[in-house]
Amino acid sequence: MVESLVVGRGLSKKFGDFTAVDNIDFDIHPGEAFGFLGPNGAGKSSTMRMIGAVSPPTSGRLSVLGMDPSTEGIKIRGRLGVVPQEDNLDRELSVYENLLTHGRYFHMKRAEIDVRIVDLLEFVQLTERLDDRVDLLSGGMKRRLIIARGLINQPELVILDEPTTGLDPQARHVVWDRLYQLKRDGVTLIITTHYMDEAEQLCDRLVVMDRGRIVAEGSPRELIERYSTRDVLEMRFAADQHRHAMPIIEEVAERTEDLPDRLMIYTHNADEVSAELARRGVHPVSTLIRRSTLEDVFLRLTGRQLIE
Amino acid sequence: MSLLLAGWLPPQSRPTRGAGRLIQRNLLVYKRIWLVIIAGFCEPVFYLLGVGVGLGEFVGEVTTEGGVSLSYAAFVAPGLLAASAMNGAIIESTFPIFFKLHYNRTYDAVLSTPMRVADIAVGEILWSQLRAAIYACGFLVLMYIVGLTDTLWAVVAILGALLVGFTFSAAGFAAVTFMRTWHDFDMIQLVILPLFLFSGTFYPLSVYPSFLQPIMQISPLYHGTELLRAFTLGSFDWTLLAHAGVLVAVGLVGLAITSRRLGRTLLK
Ligand SMILES: Nc1ncnc2c1ncn2[C@@H]1O[C@H](COP(=O)(O)OP(=O)(O)OP(=O)(O)O)[C@@H](O)[C@H]1O
Ligand SMILES: [Mg+2]
Repeated sequence: MVESLVVGRGLSKKFGDFTAVDNIDFDIHPGEAFGFLGPNGAGKSSTMRMIGAVSPPTSGRLSVLGMDPSTEGIKIRGRLGVVPQEDNLDRELSVYENLLTHGRYFHMKRAEIDVRIVDLLEFVQLTERLDDRVDLLSGGMKRRLIIARGLINQPELVILDEPTTGLDPQARHVVWDRLYQLKRDGVTLIITTHYMDEAEQLCDRLVVMDRGRIVAEGSPRELIERYSTRDVLEMRFAADQHRHAMPIIEEVAERTEDLPDRLMIYTHNADEVSAELARRGVHPVSTLIRRSTLEDVFLRLTGRQLIE
Repeated sequence: MSLLLAGWLPPQSRPTRGAGRLIQRNLLVYKRIWLVIIAGFCEPVFYLLGVGVGLGEFVGEVTTEGGVSLSYAAFVAPGLLAASAMNGAIIESTFPIFFKLHYNRTYDAVLSTPMRVADIAVGEILWSQLRAAIYACGFLVLMYIVGLTDTLWAVVAILGALLVGFTFSAAGFAAVTFMRTWHDFDMIQLVILPLFLFSGTFYPLSVYPSFLQPIMQISPLYHGTELLRAFTLGSFDWTLLAHAGVLVAVGLVGLAITSRRLGRTLLK
């Protein structure tokens, strides 16, 4: 049994009467990348802030690095790296000064910080921007700088709240590479993201949150097996074909989902199903066959409707 | 001054080296924009030259509450010295702190480190106290040049100005924790201007009817003015302790309110 680095039991967070996090349990092990997924307002950031010891839980038990955030928050924060969802870089300072002051807040020595800054800026590929005001950076560069800032104290646990939102594909891959690198170095990562491919790539285990609750938990592969089928066929039909095809499809599919622009057919064997459908006279305008992804799981668990 | 006072505070609001870290951060910012510091300094200087020296020619000698006779300029100068310390403190502890709190989100980032809310409160108050002290020193140099103080008392007066700076820095920061929009800043002017006019800066409190005088004494600036006037004149008596006591008390209450409310705003 591995000692858990972060433990939540019956953890809740209320803002007034509103329950943002509702009685959740989780265990995060050393060295793993653990994901929190969920639609907007699910309570991911609220959970991150509690783990980051900057938001006292309303009820339940929380332990971070073996300590209680409500009494040993300062010690916990000294060993954490935090990449917040919102940009809170110091707009009055340059790139270098942002990292310097942040290191000073950790009571690091200046010489030590300077060495670290060189490494980190290289790590996020911002070396040339050392003396720029942060105002002048693009959104994606700011994001990378925030990641660098969160690593200044060589944390053993890093909380990343939507680390790659707003990044272009190249920058996302750069960040992914960096996060892999951290993981290889034994750093534990807690990640929230809206990109399912990101979660699938990065997370060893994850939970899906919805309206403050955890609705599923497991590795990406386990979740796909449990909540989806191996394959998905996405078919488009001419208007008159659709009604004729529907009953036949429902017979052969594990599950179907009728979307305005296409029909999703979930099955364990796409080739068999498409052959069978062709034999029975179902002719879609187009068919796309693919493997199930975490996105299918996510949409199944949290629905396609926007809440609110 | 706040460092001395800090010993009396409960442990969770005692400053650590963290307060110093925040001051270093502010130094980095002001390294670039030090010119703006001068702006707030000018107002009391204009008053000293315009009202103190100019109007002073017309008024001639005045007599203080302690019965000392002196030139009008010498009477007004310590009051303006207190006002300049107040100005420095208020300018630094209101607008920039509101910006850092709600727009720059500086303190959110600060609190993701081992820094504590009290470090922010104490650090910022010390910092605006520093600005108050800079204004006061500048003003004292001017007073010295025009012959309104001598060296020894000027040094003592700096200590008094630091105390005034602490009081208004803490009060200013406490006020900011109640503010929600930029419009709320108009309220500050509404408080500062009457303080400036009715705190015994330009004439002794004794010109008011006796039933109004206790109301005037609510003003912390009045106590600052009395303190600094006694310091620059070198006339000490026990009432100074009371004046200093009020300034300390207001400052401590401000610091307590700041730590408490800042904690609620940032750690929710
Ligand atoms: N300080 C606060 N005061 C009141 N309500 C809050 C506060 N912070 C968050 N909430 C509410 O709690 C709920 C959860 O918010 P949270 O930021 O945790 O969601 P999230 O999962 O991070 O969403 P997103 O994907 O949009 O970032 C939301 O309904 C939000 O409005
Ligand atoms: Mg969020």
